[in-house]
Amino acid sequence: MPKIQLKVNGKQLEADVAADTPLLWVLRDHLGLVGTKYGCGIAQCGACTVHVNGVATRSCIFPVSGVKAAEVTTIEGLSEVGDHPVQKAWDQVDVAQCGYCQAGQIMTAAALLKQKPKPTEAEIANAMHGNICRCGTYHRIKEAVLLASTQK
Amino acid sequence: MSATLQSRRNFLKTSTLTAGGLVLGFNLFSSSAKAAGITKATITGNVGFNSYLSIGTDGVITLFSPNPELGQNIMTSFPMVVAEELDADWTRVKVIQAPLDSTKFDRQSTGGSGAVPHSWKLLRNAGATARYMLIAAAAKRWNVPESQCTAENSFVINKTSGAKLGYGELAELAATIAVPSEVKWKDRKDFKIIGTAVKNVENDKIHTGKPLFGLDFYREGMVQAMIQRPKAFGMKIKSVDSAAAKAMPGIIDVVTFNNNVAVVGKSTWEIMQARKMLKIEYEIEKGLESSSDHDKLFLTLLDSTDAKVQRKDGDADAAFKNAAKVIRSEYQCPFLPHSPMEPMNFFADVRTDGVELIGPTQTPGAARTAVSKLLNIPEEKISVQITRLGGGFGRRLKFDYVTEAAELSSIIKKPVKVTWSKEDDMTGGSYRPAVRYRFEAALDNKGNLIAYKLRGVGINSGNPTRQDNFPSGAVDHLLIDSVEYESPITTGAWRAPITNFLAFAEQSFLDEVAVAAKKDPITFRLELLEKAKSSPVGEIKYDIDRMIGVIKLATEKARWGQNKNLAQGFSVYFSHRSYVAQVCELAMEKGKPVIKKIIAACDCGEVINLTGARQQVVGGIVDGFGHAMFGKLTFNKGETEQKNYNNYRLIRMKEIPEIEPHFVDNGIDPTGLGEPALPPTGGAVANAIFKATGKRIRQQPFTDHELFKSTPSKVKTRLQNSPG
Repeated sequence: MPKIQLKVNGKQLEADVAADTPLLWVLRDHLGLVGTKYGCGIAQCGACTVHVNGVATRSCIFPVSGVKAAEVTTIEGLSEVGDHPVQKAWDQVDVAQCGYCQAGQIMTAAALLKQKPKPTEAEIANAMHGNICRCGTYHRIKEAVLLASTQK
Repeated sequence: MSATLQSRRNFLKTSTLTAGGLVLGFNLFSSSAKAAGITKATITGNVGFNSYLSIGTDGVITLFSPNPELGQNIMTSFPMVVAEELDADWTRVKVIQAPLDSTKFDRQSTGGSGAVPHSWKLLRNAGATARYMLIAAAAKRWNVPESQCTAENSFVINKTSGAKLGYGELAELAATIAVPSEVKWKDRKDFKIIGTAVKNVENDKIHTGKPLFGLDFYREGMVQAMIQRPKAFGMKIKSVDSAAAKAMPGIIDVVTFNNNVAVVGKSTWEIMQARKMLKIEYEIEKGLESSSDHDKLFLTLLDSTDAKVQRKDGDADAAFKNAAKVIRSEYQCPFLPHSPMEPMNFFADVRTDGVELIGPTQTPGAARTAVSKLLNIPEEKISVQITRLGGGFGRRLKFDYVTEAAELSSIIKKPVKVTWSKEDDMTGGSYRPAVRYRFEAALDNKGNLIAYKLRGVGINSGNPTRQDNFPSGAVDHLLIDSVEYESPITTGAWRAPITNFLAFAEQSFLDEVAVAAKKDPITFRLELLEKAKSSPVGEIKYDIDRMIGVIKLATEKARWGQNKNLAQGFSVYFSHRSYVAQVCELAMEKGKPVIKKIIAACDCGEVINLTGARQQVVGGIVDGFGHAMFGKLTFNKGETEQKNYNNYRLIRMKEIPEIEPHFVDNGIDPTGLGEPALPPTGGAVANAIFKATGKRIRQQPFTDHELFKSTPSKVKTRLQNSPG
């Protein structure tokens, strides 16, 4: 099995895995990046969301062979010290309950704001609709995305 | 509020009584054991004061949070109480999840909204006692009377000279001070931390993806496993052909035990793939049940002559014969999976020298006992480390996934993490039981409720009634009974067990009765409560005044009946010691009911953390609303028809109404908030729907009702993600 090369959070890494292994499990089991969560495994809940070339991507169904030269960013690499405007807004609004889905929520929100820095409430709801939060923190997620959109 | 503690003698007695739980370590910290505090230090360089706190010489205070954290925010609210009484500087506090330790803590579990009510006084004592000792140490250092000192923000202050000594400087000396037999608690008007909004102490870790959860636990040398369990309830393994699975890459072994076939390997993806290659033949052990069978069964059980009487006041049958009007309705709810976002998982390492268990559990103590019995290993040789839980909702009160991991580790003699897939979770049992209720009410010719009957029939539901809840005590003639059906489908406590559906049914039915009595639904309830107060019938096990309190607060905040453009629905419920009233506001848009807002008035006693409390109420309402609207798990021949979020629908962002929580400020000791906001929601929503449409919804999920059948465009977009 040839080793697969991939660039994650700015670092060139390699993993000894089958080509069809979903990026999620390469990150978690092989690269020690467990911030990206396994929720449903079928791209329905968004807990596994990472950025592939800046685009929010469900890593649970994205084969690692598909990454190629793309830049993968996980929650661990979203900012150096956890000070991305979305991370800061999440803290300020105190969004998390159990916290399990929040990495995926934050990655989805960060990708949205990159693409659309000043989204309307409806645009936020549209973008975040694919991410499930079983604890029901949706109100605060929306509030935090709005807050982040006002920050630099 | 201040409280004088009981005498030292009584205190010690209580300490001994609390299930071996060390209240404060008072018995260990007797005046003769001068250095006890130091020897009890839990962290190197820190001075341990009791089970809940230690102080570093640098002034950093470590607070131990004993109960499993699953999003109820206990890791923040427990330490807040200790820090309050300690007069600690919250910015220099570190919170650590304590492992299972039944010599230091009691009730180290999460369930029943009970942690804060149970531990409130223990936590206050923990902080107040250490504060007293720090003050005494400073007084000694300054050679002044203790009364000349006070404490603030992790400093002891000499009130006369203005001199200050930090807790860090005082810690070692303070630990040699005799533990006081009595400490005075703060008056609530002096609270600086309790009642404020304090952010989740694990926010930074959550936001940066630190390994917090059970599934994030990895250890060098451990193997991973997934278990194939029977696909249908009532089936057992007949034969297993694991040759193909074993030949898959990364697979170490395939092990069959009980009704489980465990695929053991090096990585999750590899074992997921190999598991698909298993060829397992099953045979039927018990009946394979379908939801259509249950629907018929419920009707039979409702007419059973063999019901268990749960409460009987007066003579309901006779009263019904003399009624001017009789109202009769039936309500039904489906099974529901808990479906926490983090699937079940646990790490187990069974070695000859002991057992290590690490993972997400609501009941670490019970899990340890079960593993001890299963493997015949004494409990003292088993350690349990509690990780953060990615949700629980009652699922992790059960420890089947802990014992199976331990059993597998004992068989393969390796440290192993067993992971469940989402499908394993959803098909693996322990559901909210399916239940059907029949309510009957008799009115006299003035519209007074003179008799009330409730029969609950359920599948593995235990007692599906809460016979002593309102309106019991307010009705002269009342009969509440239940019929249980035993099924191979496993059930368990689901956030606000039983009341998560009973409250909807009961509060909807009371709405029906109020309509029949031609009374405003709130006036109708208040009249009943006044009657329960002035002439109670039988025992009353809820607090009438607290219930009236939330009803009045909700009525006022929602401006009940004042906005003619909105349909309002009301409900109020008592569960887990707390009281919540809700008003749902709804507007008709393009002929469809659209839920706009839910206003909640809560009496949970003292609110410890305002931001956490609001989360519990808003989250509980979203949970109650989402499951009332969409939640449905059905069976076909013993197998669930929904296996993952593609056809099991959970509420999503575009479906939430505005939610406005309010709290009664009465200063009574906290009574719990993890569950009580959920039960009333379905009733408030259904009653608003009735008000707007004249249609009464008596089954969950509401989206099965004709009102929601032809979906407006907004819903269509939604369905792309979750065809439910």
